[in-house]
Amino acid sequence: MLSITSIKKGIVIDHISPGNGYEIFKLLELDKADFRVALIINADSKKFGRKDLIKIENEIDLDLRALGILDKNLTINIIEDEMIKEKIEVDLPKMFEGIFKCKNPRCITSSERDVVQKFELVSEDKTIYKCAYCDHLLNMEE
Amino acid sequence: MLKGRNLINPDDLNVDEIYEIIELARKIVKSPHNYSNVCNGRILGTLFFEPSTRTRLSFEAAMLRLGGGIVGFSESASSSTSKGESLIDTIRTVGAYSDIIAMRHPKEGSAQLAGNYTSVPLINAGDGGHYHPTQTLTDLLTIMESKGTFDNLVVGLCGDLKFGRTVHSLLKTMNKFKKNKFVLISPEELQIPNYVKTLAFDENSNNYVEVEKLEDVIDQLDILYMTRVQKERFFNEADYVRLKDSYILSPRKMKKAKDDMIVLHPLPRVNEISVEVDNDPRAMYFKQVKYGMYARMALIIKLMGVEVC
Repeated sequence: MLSITSIKKGIVIDHISPGNGYEIFKLLELDKADFRVALIINADSKKFGRKDLIKIENEIDLDLRALGILDKNLTINIIEDEMIKEKIEVDLPKMFEGIFKCKNPRCITSSERDVVQKFELVSEDKTIYKCAYCDHLLNMEE
Repeated sequence: MLKGRNLINPDDLNVDEIYEIIELARKIVKSPHNYSNVCNGRILGTLFFEPSTRTRLSFEAAMLRLGGGIVGFSESASSSTSKGESLIDTIRTVGAYSDIIAMRHPKEGSAQLAGNYTSVPLINAGDGGHYHPTQTLTDLLTIMESKGTFDNLVVGLCGDLKFGRTVHSLLKTMNKFKKNKFVLISPEELQIPNYVKTLAFDENSNNYVEVEKLEDVIDQLDILYMTRVQKERFFNEADYVRLKDSYILSPRKMKKAKDDMIVLHPLPRVNEISVEVDNDPRAMYFKQVKYGMYARMALIIKLMGVEVC
């Protein structure tokens, strides 16, 4: 059986819907990490049957609540001394910065230097955001 | 209170504020000389990163007719952008020289970005295929002068609805008024983008239809807003050539229209309205040009908070 050891200090992103784990892994650029990271795909889950899971042995500078834009089901555990110190509820933020780039090639963010990408929530039900500059839609369900 | 604000997106103005600007514009139309000195000593910065005849001259004429002055450039090649200066740095610099700025830029969202860095009011004079809110004020003044109302109208928008920033702005704005209906007339390739529909209409909205043939609907319209298929927005020349003559408004088509329908066009025209239509009393597009200057005069006064009678 595959064995993944527990981490001493870091973050566990749990209950990721199967298939979303790799997307989140790429988005957080964990492939470039110089610390220990584990991506587990199709783990057993009492709640959902199957789940993906990411274990990160480090602190990362990101608004973790915003991961709710990627997967409403996931849970985030902050680990210290191999114990869960804090559980973070994910959320659909009204606005988030970074994470995604606007896909509109005509958007000013495609050419202007040093502009932080910003997106604003348009539809909570459909998880649709719009670019705060050019208004083009980012549909998270697609 | 409009003083000190930016006008970037049609949503930056609510219905009451639109009426306030249009009311002032109508006063200026009646007595332009009463306003010829109200901006003495003030400077408008005109930053046109993209070629424009009408909008730039309209802004410049508006400020000059208010007694103010202008500084600026009419193409990015004559600005420090050509040396690699960022838009943000350009806007900060010009904000130091002027009391108000009108900016046109080919990139969508450029006005929103620039507006975050100005210390003076910024007016979006067109950001790519996104929005053109002062053209909307122009259109509204023309509609008010011709129809006397912004409510209960059937508005046909025809041509390039995909890249037509004037259409996007007008649609969003007219949908704020009461009981208007919209007929969106375009080839499939140039249909209104989803983001505009999502932002302009409620999810269950049933006050618009999308059709391909102008002839089928022209008799239902109170306003026909024609637009040019914009060569500069296409990545592929062959697509432009195929679609450029999709709609040509002719006297024959005008015969089917209501006697009091008005034809608007943001101009420049290429061949989507035949010149024979120009003498039709329902053709308002050249009057619209003059109304544009008055609408911009009113907007400059309001955003600068200049006291007028």
